[in-house]
Amino acid sequence: MKIGKDLVAAAATPMVLGILADGESYGYAILQRVGELSGGELEWSDGMLYPLLHRLERVGHVESSWGASPSGRPRKHYRLSASGRAAFAEQRQQWAVVSRALQRVWSDRDGGTDFAGAPAFGGA
Amino acid sequence: MADHLEPRIEDQISAWRAYVSRPEAIDGRDVDELEDHLRGQIDRLEASGLDGDEAFLVAVKRLGGLDDLSREFAREHSERLWKQLMVPGEPPAPRSGGGLPLAVGLAIGAGLAIQIPALFGIRFGDDGAFYARFAALLVLPFLATYFLVRRRASVPTVAVVAVPFFLAAVVMAVYPFAPDGATLVLAATHVAVALWIVTGIAYIDGRVRSTRARMDFIRFTGEWVVYLALIALGGGVLVALTMGVFSAIGLDAEWFVEQFMVPCGVAGAVVVAAWLVEAKQSVIENIAPVLTKLFTPLFTLLLLAFIVAGLLQGNLVGGGEIEAFGQRDLLILFDIVLVVVVGLLLYALSAREPLAPPSWFDRLQLLMVGAALVVDILVLVAMIGRIAEWGASPNKLASLGLNVIMLANLVGAAWLQLRFAMRRAPFERLERWQTGFLPVYLVWAAIVVVAFPPLFAFA
Repeated sequence: MKIGKDLVAAAATPMVLGILADGESYGYAILQRVGELSGGELEWSDGMLYPLLHRLERVGHVESSWGASPSGRPRKHYRLSASGRAAFAEQRQQWAVVSRALQRVWSDRDGGTDFAGAPAFGGA
Repeated sequence: MADHLEPRIEDQISAWRAYVSRPEAIDGRDVDELEDHLRGQIDRLEASGLDGDEAFLVAVKRLGGLDDLSREFAREHSERLWKQLMVPGEPPAPRSGGGLPLAVGLAIGAGLAIQIPALFGIRFGDDGAFYARFAALLVLPFLATYFLVRRRASVPTVAVVAVPFFLAAVVMAVYPFAPDGATLVLAATHVAVALWIVTGIAYIDGRVRSTRARMDFIRFTGEWVVYLALIALGGGVLVALTMGVFSAIGLDAEWFVEQFMVPCGVAGAVVVAAWLVEAKQSVIENIAPVLTKLFTPLFTLLLLAFIVAGLLQGNLVGGGEIEAFGQRDLLILFDIVLVVVVGLLLYALSAREPLAPPSWFDRLQLLMVGAALVVDILVLVAMIGRIAEWGASPNKLASLGLNVIMLANLVGAAWLQLRFAMRRAPFERLERWQTGFLPVYLVWAAIVVVAFPPLFAFA
């Protein structure tokens, strides 16, 4: 299944904030985690993660620092700031509302049975 | 982990680095970050059984096309890109090549438009009031047209730009201004400011909500002023030589210079300067931010020296005989000082790398803003005193309004600058605060143009 571009773009920010809410991370590891969490369904070209991280940094949702990878090469680490935490909580609520509403629509259609494939973004 | 890569793959990575470093929007540290990602991906792909070359190719492919990537980086880091306004992905040749004929055509159009009144017998110098009313309205539509055509603006954007021009033309045409009245001068200057900001809407192709787009317009304004000043210098030489060579053969060229050369030249230069800003961005470092770095320390010294001198004199606020702020001209002078301070702040912001940590320059700016605030509060107290004593006049009210706006701007700027210097707020808040004032300036200028003349009986 291919998830539409707009939906991927919309999910990217809460996804990244949610992953960073679990602790400090770096670009490649964040993408790996996105792949694991979505079973490989939620994919965008790898490079696009970085402008997104830089935007989150500019608006103050994440902070960054340069460290080193185990092999000694430079590696940029990101962690959530206080405002990032607040933004994450807010996005999570918004996605929960959308997700609940969609589930209700589908369960009405399916005659009351819960739709198994309903997305559960924001609960990362 | 990356140590075991074959030398051949290391070479390929170096070549890839050089390739990715080419777009200006992606800087060295970004390439480091992308390289770290690439190596992570290669390691993983090799672990899953691909050989080195295959792993490298797949990893590069997964990063995405360089055009897309640099476009995304450009969107996020427009300050880096501003030196070459071309957004990657758009073919560069038509952009700079197609702009020149259009710019020249519109510059000639502006030069001709400024001569239209002459057909009806209105000459420069004869009737200053006519040109006070209409100069901006005769020239700026050509500049706005240039941007609308270049950006291939949508119909709603064209309407958003055209309607204010139309309304301004109606107001300036029907208001019965008294000749040489204060409200005429105020309306003439403020209509130019308002229409400049409206032209800005054309410049940013209607993206009025975007902080980054607004900042791009502010950068454009600074560079445009610099280019216009350069053109004016050249124009001055041309005028002097024209007068000189014709007087050498006994002909007086003064009427020609006065009636045609200067007015048409200025009108055309407005458009040509805009074209130069767009065409030469990739060639020259932005000038306005460089001037800002130079003058911020000097203006800070001026403000501090003024405060100290005023305190020593002990009669800053009009208690003594030499009322520093007692004279109206001086009030306007201090308005200009504050506008310059806000300008210095703005252009320092416009060229700053948003993610860089606060530096000595940011702290110096904080000092400058603090000093400007002290001066502004003194000016405000004096102004309110004058208005209470002598009653309001259009000039006084206009200066007061400008002052209140500058005060609000500087209070917010000082607060955010302080929090930024303490690393409590991101730089983006400063940027958003300053660009958020553009609509305020527009509204205030519109109020002075539309409401002031009837309020003061067009005096």
